[in-house]
Amino acid sequence: MGAVQRAFARIRSFFQKPALDADLEAEIAQHLELAIEEHIQRGLAPSEARRQAMIRFGGMDYAKYQHREARGFMRLDILLQDLKYTFRTLGRDRGFTVVAVLILALGIGANIAVFSVVNTLLLRPLPFNDANRLLWIAPPPTKCGLSCATYSTDAYDEFRMYSHAYQDVSGYFAFSGPGNLSLNRGGAPIPATSIDVIANFFELLGVQPAMGRAFRHEDALNGAPPVILITDAWWKTQFNADSNIVGKAFDMNGRQTTVIGVLPSTFDFGAVFSPGSKVDAITPLNLYGPPRDWGNIITMIGRLKPGVTLAQAQSDAIAAAPHMCWNNKNPQSCGSYAEHKGEGGVVPVPLKEYVSGKLHRSLVVLWSAVGAILLIACVNLSNLLLARAAARSKEFAMRGALGASRLRIVRQLLTESLVLSISGAVVGLGLAWFVVSWLAHQGAVALPLLSTLRIDGAALAWTLLIAVSAAVLFGFLPGLRMAGGNLHESLKDSGLGSGQSRKHDRIRSILVVSEIALACVLLVGAGLLLRSFLHVLDVDLGFQPARAAAIQVDYDDSAPTSDARTAKRAAIFQQVLARTAAIPGVQAVGISDYLPLGHNRAWGTPWPIGVKRPEKTPGSPLVYVVTPGYLHAMGTGIRGRDFTWDDGPKSQSVVMIDKAFAHYLAGYAHWPNDDAIGQMLDTGGSGSRIVGVVDDVHEESTEGDTGWQIYYPAIQAGPSSAQLVVRTTLPPAALAGSVLSTLRDINPKQTAAEFKPIQMLVDHANSSRQFFMFLVAAFAALGVLLAALGIYGVISYSVTQRTQEIGIRMALGSPRSKVQFDVLLKTLRLATIGIAGGAVASLFVSRAIAALLFDTAPNDPITFAAMVVLIGIVALLAGYIPARRASRINPIVALRNN
Amino acid sequence: MGESKLDLLQGTLDLMVLQTLVAIGAQHGYGIARRIEQVSGDEVLLNQGTIYASLVRLQQRGWIAAEWGTSDNNRKAKFYSITRSGRKQLAKDAAYWQRLSDVMGRVLSMNSEGNL
Repeated sequence: MGAVQRAFARIRSFFQKPALDADLEAEIAQHLELAIEEHIQRGLAPSEARRQAMIRFGGMDYAKYQHREARGFMRLDILLQDLKYTFRTLGRDRGFTVVAVLILALGIGANIAVFSVVNTLLLRPLPFNDANRLLWIAPPPTKCGLSCATYSTDAYDEFRMYSHAYQDVSGYFAFSGPGNLSLNRGGAPIPATSIDVIANFFELLGVQPAMGRAFRHEDALNGAPPVILITDAWWKTQFNADSNIVGKAFDMNGRQTTVIGVLPSTFDFGAVFSPGSKVDAITPLNLYGPPRDWGNIITMIGRLKPGVTLAQAQSDAIAAAPHMCWNNKNPQSCGSYAEHKGEGGVVPVPLKEYVSGKLHRSLVVLWSAVGAILLIACVNLSNLLLARAAARSKEFAMRGALGASRLRIVRQLLTESLVLSISGAVVGLGLAWFVVSWLAHQGAVALPLLSTLRIDGAALAWTLLIAVSAAVLFGFLPGLRMAGGNLHESLKDSGLGSGQSRKHDRIRSILVVSEIALACVLLVGAGLLLRSFLHVLDVDLGFQPARAAAIQVDYDDSAPTSDARTAKRAAIFQQVLARTAAIPGVQAVGISDYLPLGHNRAWGTPWPIGVKRPEKTPGSPLVYVVTPGYLHAMGTGIRGRDFTWDDGPKSQSVVMIDKAFAHYLAGYAHWPNDDAIGQMLDTGGSGSRIVGVVDDVHEESTEGDTGWQIYYPAIQAGPSSAQLVVRTTLPPAALAGSVLSTLRDINPKQTAAEFKPIQMLVDHANSSRQFFMFLVAAFAALGVLLAALGIYGVISYSVTQRTQEIGIRMALGSPRSKVQFDVLLKTLRLATIGIAGGAVASLFVSRAIAALLFDTAPNDPITFAAMVVLIGIVALLAGYIPARRASRINPIVALRNN
Repeated sequence: MGESKLDLLQGTLDLMVLQTLVAIGAQHGYGIARRIEQVSGDEVLLNQGTIYASLVRLQQRGWIAAEWGTSDNNRKAKFYSITRSGRKQLAKDAAYWQRLSDVMGRVLSMNSEGNL
């Protein structure tokens, strides 16, 4: 009871300090008056009466102190006092304060920014309801791209029926390409991207539209009126955030499509499922319409029943897999998903792991890099504070002599460290905010969830944590030094050349050496990643991205019969190619339905006719349906011949395959000279003749192995879209206008699609590596800068300390160059020890990041040599400035001082 | 002169203040201090200033109340009086002290054989 009451009273009195102090003051004055009066009445002289009263009262200040202690929070009072003193001293030493806060701001800011990235990609759950129960259900990765990573509609239905671990299973059509939606509002049609999802998609994710409704089962049935859900971003940019949009119909892909809802701004399909791409709208996938016969098209996502574990889901999937058919009408295809290269073909993994699991290692590296930056910043600060502490040792000795306890002095020093690091954290938070908002708008970087990047509560808590730990870290050593110092020594020590200062020097040198070593590790890490990146850029992709660009061509080949369709398509394609080839500056043109490093698909593994097929094949070639001239326009080499327009529906079916696939088949077929050209492949019907063997193309990633490819002529097989590739002598951008107007001339319904340089596809594929490389390089640069500051600080300080000594030496005839050389030698000695330590540490660290390197050995000698040279030069530069100053010392002035 | 006086044990001053207020009614700080000195026969080493820390502590616990008033000789002074919970506390503390001093007395009068 009393305790609670007293606590409240204490808090109250803390805030009423002036009033209470005045009250006490009045009471004491009254007390003394009464006492004096009494003494006078007893016959003492007034002055003696006063003296006696004061004696009996005891120590006035002590009484007041006791009173304050009893009524309020003495500690808080002390803290406020320390703070006041800290602000005063820091304000006096403005140069030091600015440098210290800046160093800390850089160190802490980098940490906050990276923490936000790590938090978004790894720690925070996906932006869905109860996201840890969502699973990604797919076969293990194989050679045949998306077609082997997806399931047929039949398989989806059967999985949904025979699996018991899930509340529900949904999925989406994996092959929706960018620009597959054409919005016609009068004028030029507008290209957009929409994804077909199974009707229960949003229900499963727990996403509610911000306006309108989500899909219902009946929206996805045959003959259902077309409906669409639009994203918040598209609603704002394309529909001016029309609040009455729900229920309105627009001409999309030539059909009046009703907008049934607007998705919330927190839902970003691209950010989760296809990083680096923009999705404008979502449409329902009709499972029982034409997609029934499209083979593997669906990526599956499941929501586990509450309480079901991942292991249970995995065994459940193994049990369900034998029931899944590629196509119901073909009983032989049932169970084909059960076995997949010796593994189960249906493997559920947490959706989060699918989205960001691959980035785990890179993020850990990034996190360690900023950790190292913070360490370097702390070491720097520690060094600065040590120098300051040395200069202030007399001040502290004086305070000690006046009765301040050691604890009180250490507390004062820690308060200073805390004030510095919190100020650094506040500025750092500002820096991090800029970086984070910049990163969140890097839409072209193929990193998941990047657009949801923000500084949240967790990041703020992290900021506080690292600010406090940094303060303890860098304030500890100087605090210890001060508290352990000997009063008398400090008061006597003139600070020049005495043993105490020597010892001081050694601590600071050790700090600088460790700083240099850390910077070395960072630099080696960044160097290795940079070398890897350069090697990735050097990879022979199998096509020439420079000076080529692609644009999606809209065409309408609808006709009553298949033959009529093909004829119509041939006419359109020939016209498009002839007209665009005639544009000045165009070197070569061609059309393919898919481009490398984008979407892809496979149609099984065609086998040489008459050759026995092994039981298992390691994947299937990716299929590209192309026109004559396409490979030439891409810069892919052909041995044999390209397709011609004579390879028509009525003539012999022909294909081209890549070298790797040809080599693989030759191993079974034993062709003369192992040459595939002229041989027949079983592609259904009477088979196809291989007319050309082409270069291997990196079709899925720039870094991975090349898979297999097979090319079909666009008038013998059905293309799924048309990407016109144009190779130019001019920069592609210069031709964008004329190409588009030519296409629009041919087809007025042509959307204003983007004329994308092929280089952009490559950049997109490399963007995540580039992103990490760039960040680590920036941190390494920061680390080197901080280390240079540290070297400069220590050398400069030692020169100042030894001004007198240098003055004497010069007075005794030591030449300037010798003085300068001595200082540089000292710098070099520190740098050498630091570099040696750093190189050894780097050997270990680089082994740990070996998995992130491409074509670069972890102990790459060039990287290490470059690191040594760079750090050496930086160290010498940092030492040169004080060395120069030392050589300019005027002996007379130096000796006269002090 | 100081050496021969009793040093006050922690907490004893609070008890003395409460008892004084019960005995003489509302009183100002100086009056309380003087009264304690007189009663103790000047045997207690009391820096009078110490009394104010004790007073504020008792006040915060709600055992005494304070009010500015006028003294006999027409001076403004802060008068302290004991509250009801203060009286309860005093009874409790006094009993405790009584027991403690009894025990101390018995222990200290023990002879060499350990008998009383």
